[in-house]
Amino acid sequence: MGEVIVVTSGKGGVGKTTTTANVGTGLAKLDKKVVLIDTDIGLRNLDVVMGLENRIVYNLVDVIEGNCRIKQALIKDKRYPNLYLLPSAQTRDKDAVTPEQMKMLADDLKGEFDYILLDCPAGIEQGFKNAIAGADRALVVTTPEVAAIRDADRIIGLLEANEMKRTHLVVNRLRMDMVKRGDMMSSDDVVEILAVDLIGVVPDDEQIVISTNQGEPLVGSDCMAGKAFMNICHRILGEEVPLLDLEGKSGLLQRLSSLFKKN
Amino acid sequence: MNLSDFFRKKSSGNVAKDRLKLVLVSDRANCSPEIMEQMKNDIIQVISKYVEIDIDGLDIKITQTESEGNNGTVPALYANIPIREVKTKKL
Repeated sequence: MGEVIVVTSGKGGVGKTTTTANVGTGLAKLDKKVVLIDTDIGLRNLDVVMGLENRIVYNLVDVIEGNCRIKQALIKDKRYPNLYLLPSAQTRDKDAVTPEQMKMLADDLKGEFDYILLDCPAGIEQGFKNAIAGADRALVVTTPEVAAIRDADRIIGLLEANEMKRTHLVVNRLRMDMVKRGDMMSSDDVVEILAVDLIGVVPDDEQIVISTNQGEPLVGSDCMAGKAFMNICHRILGEEVPLLDLEGKSGLLQRLSSLFKKN
Repeated sequence: MNLSDFFRKKSSGNVAKDRLKLVLVSDRANCSPEIMEQMKNDIIQVISKYVEIDIDGLDIKITQTESEGNNGTVPALYANIPIREVKTKKL
């Protein structure tokens, strides 16, 4: 029986779609059978981030309305044997789907897949309600900024009110140099404020922009963000993985100089 | 702000954290400053019937507190109401 995970945030632009693409691809790399569902009806994005935009025939609304079978709408990612995408509809709006229909779809897919990842739209309206309806677990993505954290707090409250079983926090786009200077909240600060379990910290990384440009998720690659996303995947599987050392490859000289700076 | 504060300016990360903590308390309690003000005035009215209170020293806010059950922190209404004099009933 598969698990349904919704990736949500409240505020837009904090990295929900990037997280969905990378965590989904990472789980597929770890030999899990995964389907990614873009629930942002009207603002389809996950397909371009995944590099599958040219292969869309049917979409989520077609499946819900019975215009096609689920199998026909699922796009198989040829790079990974276990990874599928169910794209969103671009020309419809959020009311085309109800929470009950989303829950039924998720339950149907549970039999076939190990993980069903739902990319939630920004906001707390209909689209959000649809996305969380069938979910067993939520990943709340935030950046270390006041607006994103405030919205994440609201989302966490709404998830609790809707009896979400498990809620985990992803702190995205952290800049260690700014944290050291005291000009950015650390992941510990964010966890202290939001009081939810941390499942991963993803550093701000240019490679993310490059990978999105190319439509190839970077999870598992050698860069910091690639490693951070892979660690999140391992933690989703229940493995204990220590947090990434975001200071990077600091040599002896750098460490010595930072030691002197502190005093 | 005193002189030492001036030289050791608070880092913007800590400013953000403190501001967030404050705004989230009222967000979580679903309680705007206007409602707090109304509540404060109502409380003053009720209590003034029985005791004379120091209105300037009055402090009402919503905070987080450990719950007695095992469900973590819960919001709590904190009120510090200094009493000037207990009104004795006229015979």
